[in-house]
Amino acid sequence: MIVASLAFYLFATVLVAAAVMVISAKNPVHSVLFLILAFFNAAGLFVLLGAEFLAMILVVVYVGAVAVLFLFVVMMLDISFTELRQGFLQYLPLGALVGIILLVELVLVYGGFAISPDVEGRLAAPMPTPDTVTNTHAIGQIIYTHYIYFFQAAGMILLVAMIGAIVLTHRSRGGVHRQKIADQIARRPSDSVEIVKVPTGRGI
Amino acid sequence: MLEIGLAHYLTLAAILFTLGVFGIFINRKNVIIILMSIELLLLSVNINLVAFSANLGDLVGQVFSLFILTVAAAEAAIGLAILVVYFRNRGSIYVDDINVMKG
Repeated sequence: MIVASLAFYLFATVLVAAAVMVISAKNPVHSVLFLILAFFNAAGLFVLLGAEFLAMILVVVYVGAVAVLFLFVVMMLDISFTELRQGFLQYLPLGALVGIILLVELVLVYGGFAISPDVEGRLAAPMPTPDTVTNTHAIGQIIYTHYIYFFQAAGMILLVAMIGAIVLTHRSRGGVHRQKIADQIARRPSDSVEIVKVPTGRGI
Repeated sequence: MLEIGLAHYLTLAAILFTLGVFGIFINRKNVIIILMSIELLLLSVNINLVAFSANLGDLVGQVFSLFILTVAAAEAAIGLAILVVYFRNRGSIYVDDINVMKG
């Protein structure tokens, strides 16, 4: 029990510290690396909560794909980041004001809510006991049955995002000779071959 | 104090959410950091959902969290693609320059 508590405090502290560094680091590359650290610690928290599948998804998808995508883009764009830092202090008071207001609101909400006593009977998908069914198995059992349409819609969103990103960033360069299969197939003898009647002794 | 309950996770998520919003405000000129702050916001929401899911014993919170992750990944991909195209056209990602469509 005490190990779990200590693990929570460790993960939470590192998570908050990494989040602070993400928004305050001078170099965006460091920001991305701290974002990766934050995701790792969030995955640790998810494991503590018993959501192993989401923890692994977080590591694989976020650390492995999204954060690396950020890293590529940061390194690919040749920007002077000192210029972007201007106005950091100028926006600090407004940001602090909004942040404090938001925090106070969240504290008020968290202090005021109560869980309904008859919540047990209203659960949409009660969690099976961990001894018999693993977390991944249980999520799979409801995601492929009750939530199949949402699951398919999530897949469609990812497909649209992928095609959108490719269409946005694709550019056709001049001076590159590519094989265009459609043009090759559409080619007809009348387009390319000309039969010329050559008179004897004259040439063309 | 040593017994970790729902309140601890909610507090952590609240701090993380506030940091995300704060990050959007103080890095108003740097789109990349703004996108990262949005990722932090979504992460804090996910922590909330998973904490409630574990506390109430309801799996739907985790399923919802999964869909949020999907949308967040799509949003990051599209946002970064727009950023790359914008940089290619304008040679900068200075947010104050992005006002061409202002009437």
